[in-house]
Amino acid sequence: MYLAKIHVTLKPTVNDPQGLTVKGGLHTLGFNGVHSVRVGKYIEVRLDEKDGKKAKEQVREMCRQLLANPVIEDFRFELEQIKG
Amino acid sequence: MRFGVLVFPGTWSDRDCYHVLDKVLGQKVEYVWHKETDLSGFDCVILPGGFSYGDYLRPGAIARFSPIMTEVAKFAAAGKLVIGICNGFQILCESGLLPGVLMQNNHLQYRCQWVYLRVENNSLPFTSRTEESQVLYIPVSHYEGSYYADAETLKELEANKQIAFRYCNSLGEIVEEANPNGSIDNIAGIVNKAGNVLGMMPHPERACEGIVGGLDGNVIFESIIGEVTTRAMGCVKLD
Repeated sequence: MYLAKIHVTLKPTVNDPQGLTVKGGLHTLGFNGVHSVRVGKYIEVRLDEKDGKKAKEQVREMCRQLLANPVIEDFRFELEQIKG
Repeated sequence: MRFGVLVFPGTWSDRDCYHVLDKVLGQKVEYVWHKETDLSGFDCVILPGGFSYGDYLRPGAIARFSPIMTEVAKFAAAGKLVIGICNGFQILCESGLLPGVLMQNNHLQYRCQWVYLRVENNSLPFTSRTEESQVLYIPVSHYEGSYYADAETLKELEANKQIAFRYCNSLGEIVEEANPNGSIDNIAGIVNKAGNVLGMMPHPERACEGIVGGLDGNVIFESIIGEVTTRAMGCVKLD
């Protein structure tokens, strides 16, 4: 079994009002050094698959077809083998 | 003519659409559950507003895999009329039937308010009964209605006259203050290249009776009815 740790992030060119608001909150707390904040999503997928290469292909397809919207989002993931 | 109103788990504006088409406009209308796989017999399909699948992951992201969406794609490819309102617009974008995406409002607030829209193309099946640059008064109700598309897509939308409505002030001027959600270029509604699939964030079905505060939504449904009737009579529309 594999565990995929997937990060979905907004493309650098896309405005992120949520990130801007969080940045404002951090400034209010006194973290004046905060230059920018971007908010994304973190998704964990446990996958019944023995072959690491196939697992990687499947996770990539999941991201392409559903987990990320290619118009505004990028994705990356790490894959680790775990005990089922 | 016959309207189909799609119902996904979490859809909430289906009853408003049904009520207006049935009681106000006297049309034949039926609910279509999202697990259905047949749209034959319908002239126009409406994807109403709401929170299909709780807006989980992204609005419309899960609904696009409902069985009925395969039929909606075929229905659209056959040139029949499809209109997605609010969450329906989000579903159409997620399913690739319309370009771009609806993002969180730039102020991160849910907005439920009446807005002015300027008709940007009045030769569409959805706007044929409007005047050129007519200003419509119709409410919005959403948290994720900020339309975004990359520069290339925007250029294409503009070139093909795919922008149907823009947020404007009461005088019809496209100004930033009239933009309720941060949509790029004040875009409130677009059509596909063929012009038979419309997505719009404002709710025309909530502006069809005086008692709710406005009547301007009617002209959109009347345009659709006029278009379908013309097609059924085998008439060719001359510009």
